[in-house]
Amino acid sequence: MSGIVTIAAYGLREALRRRVFAVVVLLTVAFLVLFWLGNRYVFAHVGNVVPPAGIDARSFAGAFVFGLAMFGTLFLGVVLAVFLTLGVVQADAERGLLQPLVVRPIGRSTLLVARFLGAAVVCLPYVLVVYFVALLITGLTGDWWPDSIVLPGVELAVGVLIVAALSLLGSVFLGSTANGIAIFMVFGAGLVAGLLGNIGHALNAAKLIHVSRIVAWAIPFEALYEDSLRLITQNTSGLTGFLLRLGPFGGAESGGWGLRVWSLAYLVGVLLLAAVVFARRDL
Amino acid sequence: MSAALEARGLRKRFGATEALRGVDLDVADGELVGLLGPNGAGKSTLVKIACGLVAATSGTTKVCGVSAGSAEARSSIGYLAELFRFPGWMTADEVLRLHQRLSSSEGGAAERAELLELVGLADASGRRVEAMSKGMQQRLGIAQSLVGTPRLLLLDEPTSALDPAGRRTVRELLEELRSRGISVLLNSHLLSEIELVCDHVTILSGGEVVAAGAPSELARARGVEVETASGKRVFEDALREDAPRLVRELVSAGEDVFSVRVLTSTLEEVYLEAVGDEPS
Repeated sequence: MSGIVTIAAYGLREALRRRVFAVVVLLTVAFLVLFWLGNRYVFAHVGNVVPPAGIDARSFAGAFVFGLAMFGTLFLGVVLAVFLTLGVVQADAERGLLQPLVVRPIGRSTLLVARFLGAAVVCLPYVLVVYFVALLITGLTGDWWPDSIVLPGVELAVGVLIVAALSLLGSVFLGSTANGIAIFMVFGAGLVAGLLGNIGHALNAAKLIHVSRIVAWAIPFEALYEDSLRLITQNTSGLTGFLLRLGPFGGAESGGWGLRVWSLAYLVGVLLLAAVVFARRDL
Repeated sequence: MSAALEARGLRKRFGATEALRGVDLDVADGELVGLLGPNGAGKSTLVKIACGLVAATSGTTKVCGVSAGSAEARSSIGYLAELFRFPGWMTADEVLRLHQRLSSSEGGAAERAELLELVGLADASGRRVEAMSKGMQQRLGIAQSLVGTPRLLLLDEPTSALDPAGRRTVRELLEELRSRGISVLLNSHLLSEIELVCDHVTILSGGEVVAAGAPSELARARGVEVETASGKRVFEDALREDAPRLVRELVSAGEDVFSVRVLTSTLEEVYLEAVGDEPS
């Protein structure tokens, strides 16, 4: 246990020295300030908007901008998770930082788990804090509150942990740059899958929707994001509800408990795979 | 008590390249074994197998009686990699503290101070790694490898970045370690260093052991040189035991003998003979 704490603290201190946290905090503050400004303008003018029949302008505006904030939260969380984990194995081995550590009795699996936990300890509260601050900004500025408060934030946080685990797995095979590119491309693939799902719903194209769902479940951080979007308007019905399910940056789709169980199993599976491959790697 | 390191029939293949082809190696307790060979001979691979960084394709390696790479084996070794780095933001003291925690050493501040003193970095405990010269970092690496008082020390080119004074410090350190009963496997290109401190030398070439033995055993007799009034003469086939007879014969023949020297090949000559023309 002390080995895990030591390695996790070591990873976090390194991130601190590399100014990962400073960059993320700066980006986050900028994002939240811009988000607050956006909310002020949107809700200042929402009363003047005459929407088509059947659409509640305030609910639409609130859910839309908050959905946007959720995407921003996911993106920032992913940036943080990736930069905390992308160089754990291959890159550190190339720089000669890893070898003195793994020959110690703590072993490779412990090192990997510790680095993941180190990232989780930062990413989990980070995502939740940004999510709830964005929620408060939307709620207090526009007097609109999501139908589900806590669960969407938790799903976003778990989505970020899945990305962290994928980045850790990638680090066993790839150097920092290649791994970073690979993970952001996978993240982008999820985004594309969500947009395809949107188009599929708009055109009522079953095949497109099906493909989008398969991709979203294959990289479940996307399916969790879609489920969290659905949760914030789960009780909104009518035309407003339909339009909101198209969502910003990927449609709202129900995942339910099946998705949550699958996501946790996926997370454990990715970490186990990373540990098994790392254990067999020559350094 | 089992040997500190025991390798039998060790083979390692990297794709199409066979780095080790059935290597046997022993490091007894308290023994200082030198590993020599040209680049690509398989020395670093052998050391990495011993500390669990690389898995052998076949063969067995035991560290203090247990399989190399196991947690128990890793708790018995200290390792200094050929290419290593410590985070630049850490101080020397923090590096040692980190390794103390990872190896569950209970030596505390006293152990850290002793190790830094041992490698000549007593005044640099608060200095950051990024502010250290390459030689200082290498000495810190040696100190790190000694955290937790390992039974077997695996040193891969520990003096490559050191100046002559630094090399001397390491040589004295190795002798000190031997006196404490710590076994050392020293991989180095510096023949003179190996010759001076090692009890046993193993020369690898092309992944095979091409020569092994104590430096004195490896040094082949090259005759006896006798200096007389008429100059120096070398009796090429003569051995050390023949020297008194040669002197008697020369004196009875009326020659004045000024000096007698038994000639042996140096480790460098043995090495070059063993590895042939393979470039280093």
